[in-house]
Amino acid sequence: MKLKPEDLDKIRERMKTTSSLREGAGRARINVHLGTCGIASGAREILKAFLQAKKEAGAQDVLVTTSGCAGLCNKEPMATIELAGEAHVKYIELTPEKVRRIFQEHVLGGRAVSEYALAKGSERIS
Amino acid sequence: MQDLALHILDLVDNCLQAGATRIAVRLVEEPGADRLTVEIADNGRGMAEETLARALDPFFTTKPGKSVGMGLALFAQAARESGGSLKVESAPGRGTTLRAVFGLGHPDRKPLGDIRETMDLLAESHPQVTFDFDYRIVKEERSEAQTRGS
Repeated sequence: MKLKPEDLDKIRERMKTTSSLREGAGRARINVHLGTCGIASGAREILKAFLQAKKEAGAQDVLVTTSGCAGLCNKEPMATIELAGEAHVKYIELTPEKVRRIFQEHVLGGRAVSEYALAKGSERIS
Repeated sequence: MQDLALHILDLVDNCLQAGATRIAVRLVEEPGADRLTVEIADNGRGMAEETLARALDPFFTTKPGKSVGMGLALFAQAARESGGSLKVESAPGRGTTLRAVFGLGHPDRKPLGDIRETMDLLAESHPQVTFDFDYRIVKEERSEAQTRGS
């Protein structure tokens, strides 16, 4: 299926709505993936670590919540960080130590921790 | 899953995915009857009869793009391994109730784990949802039938 310019406009409008919803919710949203796979891999400790980091930083405008399986069970535990107006970043194979660094550098500092992220850059045709 | 609290976390996540706004988790420990009952009830969208019939099948899920749904199947297996069972009641628009019975003193019963911390984490990460949590230990004398049998 080919996208037409008007389709792109519709997508842009839709994303604007979700973005403003996100902005209304606060500075950042942290989604810890709590599928069966994630929980078996340690997601409860990851959720606890994010909530602890939020508490220690006094970051009331950061929302820590949960969702289901992200679809990459062998990369669990995972979390998705959404900063208002920026692309979402999925972090993989998390540990409480990684969580503390991600919270400081990405959630509070605005710089994604690329070595813990799912992917960096994109494939290219050589 | 190492403990029952992790299973409960997994099943409560199912309740949240089903749009529940009220989730009750009740645990009753009955040493006299050698029984641990775990009940999870939600007011989510519930399941149709055909979905409910396959709910314990690990190769069935209603989630798009997925082919397995292990959570409930693993919980049922954990109950069976301790000599217990799992029952699921659900109807569209009327929520879902799971009731699992475990052999309290059975050597293959998984430990309960930190259920209070698990419930606290859920409540903190979903402030818009009402969680009712009740954990009680019913201490009573062994029943007449058990006394006679021993």
